[in-house]
Amino acid sequence: MLRFLLRRLFMAVIVLLVVSFGTFIIGHLTGDPVELMAPENATREAKDELRSYLGLDRPLLVQYFSFIGNALRGDLGFSFVQQTAVSDLILERLPATLQLAATGFVLSLLIAVPLGIFIALNRNTVWDFLATSVAMIGQSAPNFWIGLMLIALFAVQLRLLPVSGYGGISYLILPAITIALQSAARLTRLMRASMLEVLNADYVRTARAKGLRQKTVLWVHSFRNAMIPVVTMAGLELAELIGGAFITETIFAWPGVGRLAVNAVYQRDFPLLQGVVLFAATAFVLINFLVDLLYVVIDPRVKLS
Amino acid sequence: MSPRFRLRPGRRDTLGLIGATILLLAAGCALLAPWIAPHDPTAVSLLARMKPPMWIDGGSLAHPLGTDNLGRDILSRVIWGSRISLAVGVAAVIVGASIGSTIGIVAGYFGGWIDNILSVVINAQLSFPFILLAIFLLATFGGGFWPVVFVLALGAWVNYARVVRGMVMSVKNQDYVHAAISVGVPTARILRTTVLPNTLSPIVVVASFSMAQAILAEAALSFLGVGVDGSNPSWGVMLNDGRAYLQTAWWLTAMPGLAIALTVLGGNLCGDWLQDRFNPRIGN
Repeated sequence: MLRFLLRRLFMAVIVLLVVSFGTFIIGHLTGDPVELMAPENATREAKDELRSYLGLDRPLLVQYFSFIGNALRGDLGFSFVQQTAVSDLILERLPATLQLAATGFVLSLLIAVPLGIFIALNRNTVWDFLATSVAMIGQSAPNFWIGLMLIALFAVQLRLLPVSGYGGISYLILPAITIALQSAARLTRLMRASMLEVLNADYVRTARAKGLRQKTVLWVHSFRNAMIPVVTMAGLELAELIGGAFITETIFAWPGVGRLAVNAVYQRDFPLLQGVVLFAATAFVLINFLVDLLYVVIDPRVKLS
Repeated sequence: MSPRFRLRPGRRDTLGLIGATILLLAAGCALLAPWIAPHDPTAVSLLARMKPPMWIDGGSLAHPLGTDNLGRDILSRVIWGSRISLAVGVAAVIVGASIGSTIGIVAGYFGGWIDNILSVVINAQLSFPFILLAIFLLATFGGGFWPVVFVLALGAWVNYARVVRGMVMSVKNQDYVHAAISVGVPTARILRTTVLPNTLSPIVVVASFSMAQAILAEAALSFLGVGVDGSNPSWGVMLNDGRAYLQTAWWLTAMPGLAIALTVLGGNLCGDWLQDRFNPRIGN
C-alpha cells in the first residue's frame, strides 16, 4: 500500500515538473515580455536594463528554477496587464469557481449515482432506454450550447432566472445545471456499465448462490466495487471543474478562474495564463492523488498490493 | 444469473446503425452541399431578416429553419457548415491517429525507457487543461483550418497511443510473434505484418469517439473566436454569431448546435457499437 502511494506521489511530482516546464517554455515562445511592457519609444539600453531588472537575461534553466522556486512559495508572477500579482488574481476568483464547481459536482453525483444504479437494475426497460438515450444525447451536445439554450428558455422566454452574472442563488442555478448535465451524462452511463459488470461477476454469483439477501448482495458486494471506476471519473471531473469551467464561466459571465484564463488569452496576459495553467494542473494532480488515497478505502486489492 | 441481465440481441446493432446513418447523412450534406442547399449560404436579403423557423408564426417554407440577422438561409448555412466541421473532424482523426498509433506501437513494442517517457508525457498531458492549451496556442500562433486540426490532433494522439500501446504489449508475447523473431524477420516487418493489423480495431474505436470529440472541440474553439474562419462558417462560428441575438432569435444558436449534437451523437453511437463488437466485455 505504501509502495503504491509512494509510486503515485512520485508520478505526481514528475507530472507537475513536466507541466510546469511546458508552461514555462510556451510562455517564453510567445514573445518577449519586455517588448510588451516597455513604451514603444523606449531606447535599447532602457529595454536591456528592464530585462536584467526582471532577470530575463539569465539562462533559461536558471529562470525556470527560479519560476518553480517562486511558485512553491505561492508567488506565480506578476500580471503586467492588470498590474496585480497573479496569485492574488487567482485567489480572488477562486471562491466563485469553487462555489460553481461544488454545486455542479454534487448535483451531478446526485443525479448520476442513483439513476445509474436504478437503470442497471432495470436493464432493458423503458426507463433504461429513456435515461440512456438522454445521457447519450447530453454527452453529444456541446455543453456551451446547452447553456445557451437554458438561457434562451429560462432567462429569455420564461424570465425565471437572470441571463448571466454573479450574485445570489438565482445566478448560480443555470451554470450549475449546465455543468451538472454534462458531467451527469458521462457518470450515469459509467455507473450503469460498471454496475452491470459487477453484477455479472463471479463473486456476486457466489454471494447469491450462498443465499445472501438481495440487499446484502447489492450494497455490500456490488455497490462498493461498482463505485471504483465512477470515483476515478468523478475525480477527473471535479479536478477539471476546479481548474475552471472555461466556457461555462464565460457564457454566464461567472467571475471564476476559468473566465479569468479565457480573458487572459484575449489580452495576451501570459504571466497570468501561465499561473492559471499551473494552478489548474496542480489541482488536477492533487485531486487525482486524493482519489488514489480513496482507493485504499474502497478497493481492498490496493491494500494488499 | 437472473434473466433480467441477459443481453437483448439486436438493440446495440440498431443503435450502431442509427449512428452510422447519421454520419453518412452528415457526410452526404458535406459532399452534396452545392446541390441540396436550397439557397446560397452567403446570399444576404434585408427583406427576409430574422425569419423564424417554418413551424412558428411568421416563418415560411422558403426558409425551413429561418434566417439570420442578415437574412441568410439557416438551413443552407448549416448544410454548408457541415463541410468545415466534418473536414476538421476527419483531418484531426487522421493526423492524431497516425502520430498516436506510431508512438503507441514503438512504446509498446520496445518498452523500457521509451515506454516510461510516454507514460509521463501522457499523464502530463491529461493533467493539462486541454481546451485552455488549445485556446492558448491558437490565440498565440493564429487560428485557421490547419492550426485547428493540429491542435485537436495534439489533444487526441494520447488516446490512440494509450490504446495501441496496450494492444501491442499483449500481441508481442503471442507465439507467432516469438516465432517470427526467432526465424529472424526484421523488426520493421514484424511491426507491419503482425502487430499493426491487430491494433486496427482499437484504433477504429478511438477514431470514432475522437472524431466526435474533435467536432465538439472545433465548435468550442470557434465559439471562443480562435477557430476556423472564412466566408464559409463552421457550425461553431454560426453559434458564436447567433449568440448576440439569443434574446430575440434563439434559432440562430439552436440550429447549428443541433447539427453539432446530431453529428457527435452519430460518432458516439458508432464508437459504442464498434467497441461492443471488438470487445464485448467493455461497455454494455
